[in-house]
Amino acid sequence: MKRLRPILTPMRGAVAIFTKDLNSELRTRYALNSLIMFVVVTLSIILFSTAGEAVSPSLSAGILWIIVFFAAMSGLSRSFVSEEERGTTMTLQLWVEPSSVLIGKLLFNSLLIYVLNMMIIVAYMLTMPAFTVKSPLIFLITVVMGTFGLSTASTFIAAIISKANSKGTLYPVLSFPILLPLLMSVIDATRLSVEGATFGEAAGDFKILLSYCVVVTTVSIMLFDFVWRD
Amino acid sequence: MKSWMKIAIGLWIAAVLVIGISMPIGYIPGLGDKARIIYFHVPMSWLAVLAFFMSMWYGIKYLRNKDMKNDIKSASAAELGFAFSILATLTGSIWARFSWGSFWNWDPRETSIFVLLLIYGAYFSLRSALEVEERRATLSAVYSIVAFVTVPFFVFIMPRLMTGLHPGEGSPAPILNANGKMYMEASMRYVFYASLLGFTFLYIWLFNLRSRIGILSYNNHSEIE
Repeated sequence: MKRLRPILTPMRGAVAIFTKDLNSELRTRYALNSLIMFVVVTLSIILFSTAGEAVSPSLSAGILWIIVFFAAMSGLSRSFVSEEERGTTMTLQLWVEPSSVLIGKLLFNSLLIYVLNMMIIVAYMLTMPAFTVKSPLIFLITVVMGTFGLSTASTFIAAIISKANSKGTLYPVLSFPILLPLLMSVIDATRLSVEGATFGEAAGDFKILLSYCVVVTTVSIMLFDFVWRD
Repeated sequence: MKSWMKIAIGLWIAAVLVIGISMPIGYIPGLGDKARIIYFHVPMSWLAVLAFFMSMWYGIKYLRNKDMKNDIKSASAAELGFAFSILATLTGSIWARFSWGSFWNWDPRETSIFVLLLIYGAYFSLRSALEVEERRATLSAVYSIVAFVTVPFFVFIMPRLMTGLHPGEGSPAPILNANGKMYMEASMRYVFYASLLGFTFLYIWLFNLRSRIGILSYNNHSEIE
């Protein structure tokens, strides 16, 4: 049986998916609004429980990424679940190549998480006195690469769980083991940046981050066909 | 598998364990008789990783030919791997209590087996959350592949990073590292390899049994429908 070609070319398809998600987000601001509230709530719980305590730099680095991880977990699960719930999966399958869907969704999720992480980091720096970045370059690279890896892995897992029954609970369960190498190295690199380490000291973490991003992105693109057309 | 092979595997492992416990092992700095755990703890961890690999292997095979038998084999491999990783964690934890002073120390190897347990747990939760058989097979195969490519980060990269960061915290070196091997005498090494072989055959036998049961019940179930 000859498979019909989707209507849009891969590149245009990816851009179309990205624009569609961006427009629907700008129209409703559903994800961003609830995520900002999520961050405010989480941050205030942390501030209440650490009030008057001396938080060490390494602990503050860990707490930052806990907020980022759970914010991503509550925000990114929607990307494929919403298509499944609205029954628009079939339409997308007709219009675009599977890889365009993944790349379009990945671009949108990355944008969402980058915006969100900027807000988290600013809010965290303002409210957490122990968290003062002494090596801005290390911190910048960590956030840029870490956020990208986080959004790649979680976008792909979101595609898997959109077909499952208990989506909300399953998402962090499936993502955590996959994201753990990333989380361990970003937490370590953030700790180094807070302690004012030199670039050479953080190079090991950056190598892990880079290879993690490459591996996970490649595997996601290779396997997405199976998830999307099942 | 013939019945004499089952008996042979049983006798082989029994012999290995008796020799392993009774044979003098010479002087090993810092470990002494506690080093004997290597005869069963290390093979169990090896099987936990091997089973994980086989689960991914049959997952890939399923994705290539969509034969439900491969999915059953993939799941059977994962089930056995889960059992063996629990055994490895328990024996290691009891050993750590007497060697390192507490049941759990977040040593790099402990972290990696913990992650392996998490991955197995996630794999089974995913399987139970998918009702359509083909979909369950496809998605769990995909998940096992994604999980498998992240494992090298724990097994090869993390221990190096972690020991580099915590040099003087008193957390002793992993059980099977260059140091441990250096002090291993030839006789001890033979017993260890024999044990590894015996456990691997035990795994193959259990795996065949488990996947045969799975395939039979699958055929039976689809005949009724």
